[in-house]
Amino acid sequence: MKINYCDALVIGGGLAGLRAAVAAQKKGLSTIVLSLVPVKRSHSAAAQGGMQASLGNSKMSEGDNEDLHFADTVKGSDWGCDQEVARMFVTTAPKAIRELASWGVPWSRVKAGPHNAVINAKKTTITEEEDRHGLITSRDFGGTKKWRTCYTADATGHTMLFGVANEALKHDVDIRDRKEALSIIHEDGRCYGAVVRDLITGELEAYVSKGTCIATGGYGRVFKQTTNAVICEGTGAAIALETGIAALSNMEAVQFHPTPIVPSGILLTEGCRGDGGVLRDVDGHRFMPDYEPEKKELASRDVVSRRMIEHIRNGKGVPSPYGYHVWLDISILGREHIERNLRDVQEICQIFNGIDPADEGPKGWAPVLPMQHYSMGGIRTKPTGESSRLAGLFACGEAACWDMHGFNRLGGNSVSETVVAGMIIGNYFADYCLENDVTIPTKTVQKFVDAQDAYLDQILAYNGKEDIFKIKNRMKEIMDEKVGIFRDGPHLEAAVEELKELLQKTKHISVKSKERVGNPELEEAYRVPRMLKVALCVAKGARDRTESRGAHYREDYLKRDDANWLKRTLCTWANPDDIEPTLEYAPLDIMKMEMPPAFRGYGAKGMIIENELSAKRQEEVDSIREKMEADGKDRYEIQDTLMPFELPMNYKDKNERAGDK
Amino acid sequence: MSTQKGREITISVLKFNPRSAVSKPHYVDYKLEETSGMTLFIALNYIRENLDPDLSFDFVCRAGICGSCGMVVNGKPTLACRTLIANYPEGKLTLLPMPAFELIKDLSVNTGKWMDGMSKRVESWVHSDHEVDISKLEDRIDPEVANDTFELDRCIECGICVASCGTMLMRPNFVGPVGLNRVARFEIDPHDKRTADDYYELIGDDDGIFGCMSLMACEDHCPKHLPLQNKIAYLRRKLVALR
Repeated sequence: MKINYCDALVIGGGLAGLRAAVAAQKKGLSTIVLSLVPVKRSHSAAAQGGMQASLGNSKMSEGDNEDLHFADTVKGSDWGCDQEVARMFVTTAPKAIRELASWGVPWSRVKAGPHNAVINAKKTTITEEEDRHGLITSRDFGGTKKWRTCYTADATGHTMLFGVANEALKHDVDIRDRKEALSIIHEDGRCYGAVVRDLITGELEAYVSKGTCIATGGYGRVFKQTTNAVICEGTGAAIALETGIAALSNMEAVQFHPTPIVPSGILLTEGCRGDGGVLRDVDGHRFMPDYEPEKKELASRDVVSRRMIEHIRNGKGVPSPYGYHVWLDISILGREHIERNLRDVQEICQIFNGIDPADEGPKGWAPVLPMQHYSMGGIRTKPTGESSRLAGLFACGEAACWDMHGFNRLGGNSVSETVVAGMIIGNYFADYCLENDVTIPTKTVQKFVDAQDAYLDQILAYNGKEDIFKIKNRMKEIMDEKVGIFRDGPHLEAAVEELKELLQKTKHISVKSKERVGNPELEEAYRVPRMLKVALCVAKGARDRTESRGAHYREDYLKRDDANWLKRTLCTWANPDDIEPTLEYAPLDIMKMEMPPAFRGYGAKGMIIENELSAKRQEEVDSIREKMEADGKDRYEIQDTLMPFELPMNYKDKNERAGDK
Repeated sequence: MSTQKGREITISVLKFNPRSAVSKPHYVDYKLEETSGMTLFIALNYIRENLDPDLSFDFVCRAGICGSCGMVVNGKPTLACRTLIANYPEGKLTLLPMPAFELIKDLSVNTGKWMDGMSKRVESWVHSDHEVDISKLEDRIDPEVANDTFELDRCIECGICVASCGTMLMRPNFVGPVGLNRVARFEIDPHDKRTADDYYELIGDDDGIFGCMSLMACEDHCPKHLPLQNKIAYLRRKLVALR
């Protein structure tokens, strides 16, 4: 058995994992990052539109600050988020973007003088002040009060990922790619690393560490129609689930993005609508103002996605060989803008659909349809990023349910979360690794390696009639058809039952090649059961949550039910032989909230079953605020009284802004 | 779905597992029906799921932005995910792994290892002694300069320029177009305080900027249309002026 020892082990090499690794390495820890693919190919690279941070530099973001970003994030989450975490996030985001700038991320900058923009389908001139020239600029995204999304054209995730990966190389972080974690090594409620398979040699190794941080991204590939990269299979979260100790949380909270292109599912960024693009139906009619007169195309993603499907159900969809879709029209932004700021979007339309979106009129319209996009759920953590149940196991990024997104994430907040969580959780994680020792006996490590070794042999020895690829594709269909944008009890029940059957079928397959090396079918054979476990957490969580909140929308329970459902779902897989997860619930404490539950400001009004504590807490908040304002206290002091929170390093320092008085 | 039957296409793949004692390089032909909008991503996954579960290849984003799926298609290195079958009127595609990189198996090559080496070799990160206080306003960068830096930062390390490069065939230690582009990128970035002399130390030899034979297949094949020709010429003029 080969054991690799290190102080800090990070599983997953996207933005969150790499940034956390830099934090650990900078504290003098020997840090290893394991990644399925070369880290610069991680799904983080696919983030096009940008990163939210309340810099307030450009004209349209004037007056922005942490409080506004916080309020937008909490409303966006449909009050499902952890408000303490949201505060930690909005306070650190401006620091994250400035750090990235110093690491070379070439953020688009403010240019003094007039420039043209399209706002609400009308050409408008915006004049930037001379004293803001050269500072980081921002664009509009859905669900935000100010233009807060900082960007590098439409390749933001790519430039951020290269910036952070280069910084990791600079600090000599030991990055090992084509390595896949198969199980978590743990003993007495503490995590000590992972059993890992080398995807080139097929060799099994143990990685033993003081602390382990999972940053493996989301689980979009359990759905058929998804914007996610092919590596986003949720198996990082699944191995945490398989410990039987760590919990996954809010797995039913799945976001669908309004504008992936049909049929490939490749994302066309929200920046398309943020920059002024509009949605049109079969008649070329711009329909969003009919449904959402205030926010139109820039209501939050869950609302826009549902309105699109609703409009198609009303007979206004465009027929195609791939079913009905609507059109995204960005031609009104003008060719120059598209060729500079939406170039990847243009290229995707040209290459995959033979359309130039800069062509005026219907010729340039792109076919779009909502598809799975983001996993709000994940490994349940405390605000420090440590699993609430398994010590020494941390998680950050999309793999985690750190819970700043609640039941719906705002565009630009996920790529921002990756780096911000990498900074905050990375530092708590590093401190844990500094304070704790490895105490696990090697024979325990051997036990975990042997178990995976035997499991791979067992798979190769299966002699059944089922085909692993067919099982996987059926799972994806079930998730799309029954656990999609619109959900109801009978369909969810059927999904749970069929997924359970599929999970049992994975033991009745046969793998044609018996090679342990370079055998893609073997890889499917051990990944698909883990994907099915994740899918079951999503489906069962959705079946049992009898309300609509954010992206979780039940046609048989249309209201957000704060009286009964202001709580997190926790899924565990208690016994390896179980065929479904065990669900429990943890309430959110309204009396500790800085912003008690209320109407979000978009979507239909009056759709809330109120919790009586909301009004009580609101009164309390109002009276504290009134009194402190009368005493001349500033917004920082008031906030600190309403809901105190901690941050590592100097991340709590006040963020300087060009508009500071 | 359309009921019209697609034409039959043949995809011929070089298969070889260098880690197997018995495997020898050989071509395997797969015949399948073309569907509307079919790319090599769709075709290769169809083959793996229905015809040959042993076939190895790499995809991640399948959208032309991650650079995983570089391979040689009918003699030209390209991104497989955005290769439309419809663009091959004869209906026959021959796929080879990219040269210049270590072969993992079939169409899968180890670009990650090569690119990490390149990044470390050209010290592909910002060099600066300036301590940044991230609570304070960021340094101002002219919007045009930021944009010019971004233009070169768009490289996705797919390795297609390396696989296209004539010099690479003769000088395995050549830093490659991607490495030269990386130097050009940091050379414009005002955050990086390195001087032309520093860059000369890194690439001022025949394994660097003076090794390029200006065949320019790198730029011809670059899927991100990076201005490699201009940037290599610019760096060469700049560095040759130093000596």
